[in-house]
Amino acid sequence: MTFAGISVELFETGEGAPLLFLHSGQGFVPDHPYVGMLAKGRRVIAPSHPGFGKSALPDWLDTCDDIAHVYLELLDRLGLARVDLVGCSIGGWIAAEMASKAPERVKKLVLLSPVGVKTGPADRLDIPDIFAMPQEKVNQLLFHDPAKAAFDPTKFTDEQLTIIARNRESLALLVWEPWMHNPKLRRRLHRVACPTLFLRGESDGLVTADYVARYAKLLPNARIETIPLAGHAAQVEAPAAFAAKVLAFLDA
Amino acid sequence: MKAWHFTETAYPFLPPADEYESIRVNLPNRNYDPKKGAALYDRYIKEWQIAEEEGVEIMLNEHHQTATCVDPAAPLMLAALARVTSKARLLILGNPVANRRQPVRVAEEMAMIDVLSHGRLEAGFVRGVPYEVLPANSNPVRMSERHWESLDLIVKAWTSHDGPFSHEGRYFHYRAVNIWPRPWQQPHPPVWVSTTSASGAANVGAHGFVQATFLTGYDGTKAVYESYRRGWREAGRGRDVPIDRLAYAALVYVGDTEAKGIAGAEKLLWYLTANKVPRHYATPPGYAGVAAGVAMLKAAAVTGGSPIGEHANFGRPINVAEAMQRGLCFAGTPDQVHQQIKKFYDHVGGFGHLLIMGQAGFLEHDETVVGIRNFAREVYPRLKADYPDARLSGVFEGAAVPAQ
Repeated sequence: MTFAGISVELFETGEGAPLLFLHSGQGFVPDHPYVGMLAKGRRVIAPSHPGFGKSALPDWLDTCDDIAHVYLELLDRLGLARVDLVGCSIGGWIAAEMASKAPERVKKLVLLSPVGVKTGPADRLDIPDIFAMPQEKVNQLLFHDPAKAAFDPTKFTDEQLTIIARNRESLALLVWEPWMHNPKLRRRLHRVACPTLFLRGESDGLVTADYVARYAKLLPNARIETIPLAGHAAQVEAPAAFAAKVLAFLDA
Repeated sequence: MKAWHFTETAYPFLPPADEYESIRVNLPNRNYDPKKGAALYDRYIKEWQIAEEEGVEIMLNEHHQTATCVDPAAPLMLAALARVTSKARLLILGNPVANRRQPVRVAEEMAMIDVLSHGRLEAGFVRGVPYEVLPANSNPVRMSERHWESLDLIVKAWTSHDGPFSHEGRYFHYRAVNIWPRPWQQPHPPVWVSTTSASGAANVGAHGFVQATFLTGYDGTKAVYESYRRGWREAGRGRDVPIDRLAYAALVYVGDTEAKGIAGAEKLLWYLTANKVPRHYATPPGYAGVAAGVAMLKAAAVTGGSPIGEHANFGRPINVAEAMQRGLCFAGTPDQVHQQIKKFYDHVGGFGHLLIMGQAGFLEHDETVVGIRNFAREVYPRLKADYPDARLSGVFEGAAVPAQ
């Protein structure tokens, strides 16, 4: 689908009230079990962010703020006045950006271990520098059970490997500076009055419980729940618990 | 043929390599003793002065947060050299402009050095090694775009003389650019760009700048030069590509005997072997592009070193024989070094500048001076006679016209 001058890969499944799902820095994988679980009773709409999957990356685009504008236009094109918005990690950042710009478009907001704000001291990174540590260490931060991160390149086609490498490059483009946040976002989040659920895997090594608590305080109507036995990528590691918490919150 | 003496001004007095993760980026600077560092600066500057006395030109470069090259502000060193030398050309190779936020400041620094040196500046611009995006907090994605916008703006700042102009580009924004001083050399100092990939060289050729390539060996160098000539010709610069547009950097040590020449080169290899850098610093996402990212994913089992193509020669074991066989190193007696350079020159289609890494690591001052003098007195005159600056590049093995 082409809009805002960008060809965006769009995945849709299920029927019901629209749910815009915004993927993490790992990209969107339709086969992941949580997708089907969310689609029971929901119309799940999942774009690949510009630069991810098969979505184009225009040369002018370099921030999550840009992508939020692109996705607000996506809602216009789909004729969706209001949606439930669910985002993981940088997808949560983009969702928060969208809600801060157009709070009236968001019915309920779910943010799983979102990044995007800076709330801690200047001399300490809020989010560890995943590009300055060995991959094994990154995996320990991403997963409760790092064995689940085992990567066997022989099980992927060249096209899939190209997408993985490009996703990583696009992630760097978006989060490099300021590191993992938009300094302006925290000054805008007070407008997001919709019911908001922050989720966090209890073993998340990237997004701490303190960080989520400080983030949630910036929104007037937010609460926090924890997903046990999961790290940063809780939607992958604990799909049933993740989907159950999301649907329970949206359906309430 | 012009030859240039080059040292990275390393600080080699480090703990054993197994006691630190990386010689770059995160090696604590408590390992640097400023008094020892000052003595090193003194001797490295002295070696550059000796090179000038011997008729060799001067080259230096810039790296950051590393013991391998304690020259994080190369324009400062170059300004010093401008005042303690009087005739050598002064090549900075170079300014990592994709990592510098203020291109106009770079234009000012270079113009000032050109005037301080009475027109001896050769202004080089480099991509910067991958481990430097972190010290600069510079996004590794779209570096090439920033590099070229910055370089074009710098040249415009040097060549505009009628008051301020504005620049509102993709990456850099200025409302009033009007540098003082302007460069001594007109229309501007010679511009060099280093690239170790053939894909980058075509663009350098299209601009007509001097193309330098580092340690790319026999076939890599040939590919870079061919790409440069293609870019040059496709940009309408004509069929003939002057030899002085191409430069090659290698480790060079000329001894009084073969054994001494090899022993000197052995010490120069520190430049390659000491470069202990973990993969996560050596391969920031986006630096080398998606295809290189795929290759890295496939090589996921390989650990350590810097496996990506552009710097594949760093950080892994290598001996002098292998380095010589691959064209990364020229070493031995004057006759031997002369023959090695000739063989390399003919294979790659010629180059007008030999950038000599003539000092590295633990190569002592006296040894360095012997190497400089042996080269300058015994080898350099023969190279100048063999390869006059009026030659064209790309003339292979006696061919009458430049190869396409």
